[in-house]
Amino acid sequence: MIGVEPVAVPGAPLARRNPVAKLAAALVFSFILIATLDPVAPAIAIAIELAALPLFGVRYRVLARQAWPLLASAGGILVTLVLFAADRSGRVLVEAGPVLVTEGVLVTALGLVLRMLAVALPGIVVFATTDATDLADALIQNAKAPARFAIGALAAFRLVPLLEQEWRMISMARRARGVDAGRNPVAKLRLFGSTAFALLVGAIRRGTRLAVAMDARGFDAGTPRTVARRQRFTRADGLLVVGAAVLAGGALTVSIVLGTFRPLIG
Amino acid sequence: MSAVVVRGFGWRHAGRKGWAVRGVDLRVEAGERVLLLGTSGAGKSTLLAALAGLLPEDSGEQEGTIEIDGLDPRKARERVGVVFQDPETQLVMARCGDDVAFGLENRGVPAEEIWPRVDEALRRVGFPYHRDRPTAALSGGEQQRLALAGALALRPGLLLLDEPTANLDPAGATLVRQAVRDALDADTTLILVEHRVAEALPLVDRVVVLEPGGGVRADGPPAAVFAAHGDALADAGVWVPGRPVPRRPAAGPAGAPLITADRLGLPPRLAPTDLRVRAGEALAVLGPNGAGKSTLALLLGGLLRPGTGTATATAELAGRDAGTPPHRWRAPALARRIGSVFQDPEHQFVTGTVFDELALGPRRTGQPEAAVRSTVDALLERLRLTRLAGANPYTLSGGEARRLSVATALATAPRLLICDEPTFGQDRRTWLELVDLLAELRDAGHGVVAVTHDPDFVAALADRTVTLERPVPGGRP
Amino acid sequence: MTHTNSNRWRTIDIVVAAVIAVAFGVIFWAWGLVWRAADPLFAATPAAQAIMYGVWLVPAVLGGLVIRKPGAALFCEAVAATISALLGAEWGGITVVQGLIQGLGAELAFAAFRYRSFRLPTAVLAGALTGLSAGLFDFFVWNTAYDLTTYRIPYAALTIVSSALVAGVGAFFLTRALAGTGALDRFPAARERTAI
Ligand SMILES: Nc1ncnc2c1ncn2[C@@H]1O[C@H](COP(=O)(O)OP(=O)(O)OP(=O)(O)O)[C@@H](O)[C@H]1O
Ligand SMILES: Nc1ncnc2c1ncn2[C@@H]1O[C@H](COP(=O)(O)OP(=O)(O)OP(=O)(O)O)[C@@H](O)[C@H]1O
Ligand SMILES: [Mg+2]
Ligand SMILES: [Mg+2]
Repeated sequence: MIGVEPVAVPGAPLARRNPVAKLAAALVFSFILIATLDPVAPAIAIAIELAALPLFGVRYRVLARQAWPLLASAGGILVTLVLFAADRSGRVLVEAGPVLVTEGVLVTALGLVLRMLAVALPGIVVFATTDATDLADALIQNAKAPARFAIGALAAFRLVPLLEQEWRMISMARRARGVDAGRNPVAKLRLFGSTAFALLVGAIRRGTRLAVAMDARGFDAGTPRTVARRQRFTRADGLLVVGAAVLAGGALTVSIVLGTFRPLIG
Repeated sequence: MSAVVVRGFGWRHAGRKGWAVRGVDLRVEAGERVLLLGTSGAGKSTLLAALAGLLPEDSGEQEGTIEIDGLDPRKARERVGVVFQDPETQLVMARCGDDVAFGLENRGVPAEEIWPRVDEALRRVGFPYHRDRPTAALSGGEQQRLALAGALALRPGLLLLDEPTANLDPAGATLVRQAVRDALDADTTLILVEHRVAEALPLVDRVVVLEPGGGVRADGPPAAVFAAHGDALADAGVWVPGRPVPRRPAAGPAGAPLITADRLGLPPRLAPTDLRVRAGEALAVLGPNGAGKSTLALLLGGLLRPGTGTATATAELAGRDAGTPPHRWRAPALARRIGSVFQDPEHQFVTGTVFDELALGPRRTGQPEAAVRSTVDALLERLRLTRLAGANPYTLSGGEARRLSVATALATAPRLLICDEPTFGQDRRTWLELVDLLAELRDAGHGVVAVTHDPDFVAALADRTVTLERPVPGGRP
Repeated sequence: MTHTNSNRWRTIDIVVAAVIAVAFGVIFWAWGLVWRAADPLFAATPAAQAIMYGVWLVPAVLGGLVIRKPGAALFCEAVAATISALLGAEWGGITVVQGLIQGLGAELAFAAFRYRSFRLPTAVLAGALTGLSAGLFDFFVWNTAYDLTTYRIPYAALTIVSSALVAGVGAFFLTRALAGTGALDRFPAARERTAI
């Protein structure tokens, strides 16, 4: 199952903040951290993120479930670095043919893995605590996003579970009509392709009908829209964004002061 | 309160040579309640879409004019509310209240008026839940009622309903009709499309019958129309009230068992169920919306893996696969033995034309092309799909698509046929033809399982019935 | 419906563009289920991974080819990215920015032809340019610590090639196949079909 519902405990103090503010805060935080390749700043940032987690109402267990593919990617980074690292300074730890592992390689690897986690976590937390409808409302009301586009995308988002269901139905229909792949990987790939194509065709038809239904209820009538659900961007929301910038900047500053800072470019 | 004037209206869908509707002249006064009838494919849904201003200029060719209060329907959308046959594609938002509010926002209704009007609309259709309820958690009948609330909240002068009770269990259908009746006030003009005339009559005071070739065949108060044209209309395929359908009981006793379900279930969708299907008998599966009938059909069809219990096919059905349960069979073997007709016909279509769709099964069983052709042509003829042989299955009308999906399964004459709602949305003539086809298959010694909400179908064909209950009291999670 | 400005987005343009993005979200999800097992293999062979890169960029080019309106490529890829983030994609909020940057590449290609040409060369250019923007983003943001000649440059080059082929050529033929089913009848991309 693809989850489309927020997974946070409702009512947590920061989860309730304006979705645009949460998104902006996450992006500011992530982008400041992208600027460095050292392990220290991201380590501090991760500590901050984990400490803030309860304020967002996200349980550590839930986070682990959402983020586990990241940990798998960490292994990939390590292997790739061992083979392709630019910086092979420092004491040699292992040397076997093309494989050359030095202290420098390990520090770089640590830096990259921590940075990846530190950059990704804020976004995961924000999207885990944000309802799609609220996000669209806030984008329209607080970020001046064009309403027709935001609502159109929102209506399409509602189709996610339906399309997932459709995927299963298409697969069953093919089986009922005598089409399957058995164990042959090439046939499997072709079946995947034809199922995906059928899904896409069905999705476009559904989208066409949905658009008609939306027009039937005056979506594109040219009348100025009103809003039923008010989203407010308050001072607390502003503070959240500023706070994110200050905290990420602080992590970077510590790293500069300690002399571990390694800028991304240069 | 809106009046409708249709003059010589016709519409041809892009990509079609024939007209979907043509030569329709009609006047509906403000406040009238009209039942729009016609055989499947006569163009009822197309006319309704035109009235709602929802036939875009780029999607076909128009003849004649339609005026709603003197306006072009595309400019009069504000006055019109419409509920289509398939509620799922009409819901826009993730929460029920938001969905009803959606139309009000679009019309620029002041924010402080929106929620009172939403609550009022939900109350008028007897919607049982709070407005925060996710739309995804509604049953088909509840979705219909929500779609109706979304249309009513806009206070339309003209309300258009296209088979609003298709797919609902009898209790749910009664509730929706009740909701329509309670929700109508003297200010609303109603045009309703519904095949099952008897149930719809209490809602209307006038009947209009479309002629498939073009034009209006009959028009007037129901009693007068049916008195004057009853026989002719019934022959043409209209469900004229008070005309029973012939029964088609089995010719002989049932034969050997084909499949046995032993505590077969899939929690929470289907509670453990016992049943047995024999060769030469038709078994009807009944039960309210959400009872798990479709799930049972998929389990018996070898398409889902059971959560509890087993489905065991006898050697009679399974041949040398008798030891393995159907869901583990290879697809070609499964398709040869068990045919499945899905509840939603569109889920089932695999090819690009009606002809190929019908030919797929016979071709896969290795029949020579000439034999395939004659099988397919005979089916096309009996189910009145011949002129659509080259059409894309997805462009068919509701009833046409349903017939095609049943026909694809009939084309291979599987030993066991499992159909999910095979007769919904059919006019009387195609309905009788479908019942005949299924009866012939059964009398030739095949087993037939039909999931259905249609009491006439049960009375005409079923040799036995099984009724499922809702697994969780109170409904869906 | 009486708007004569052909660059104005109709409701159906907006919804179908978004639905294409959503459908690819679901397709990627199913693809992930099928291929998750193969993931670690790619760590040692970046080439193979970059070859697959184009798959993620198909929505951008497909959106442009189907909708044929300014902003379509950008909108499609950005929505696809936002949706994957909402569904809990592991890369979080950065995906949204990355989606915007990738969509921009395809958008530039269609804009260069002033939204008048949607033939194969345009599609290939659109694929190559989204590959270029995606490759540049990765080159500077994710890959800086790797060796320039043995990793960063080949990886970026392969990303572009893969995008031109998979996203460019692939989306072009996909559009054709979709038009053949009649699903695009209300879009200019629908081929002339014979009436039935
Ligand atoms: N989108 C479409 N493209 C092409 N042809 C279409 C399309 N929709 C309907 N048609 C055709 O137009 C004719 C009338 O269809 P319509 O849906 O109006 O029939 P209907 O009277 O509502 O039938 P039913 O009772 O089966 O729902 C049918 O022959 C159908 O195949
Ligand atoms: N793929 C699915 N995943 C989870 N739940 C499902 C799925 N399909 C159906 N359900 C749920 O399982 C229950 C039984 O569904 P099913 O479709 O079998 O009912 P049904 O008896 O056929 O109803 P109807 O008369 O409305 O067609 C319902 O509550 C439904 O919401
Ligand atoms: Mg119809
Ligand atoms: Mg069902």
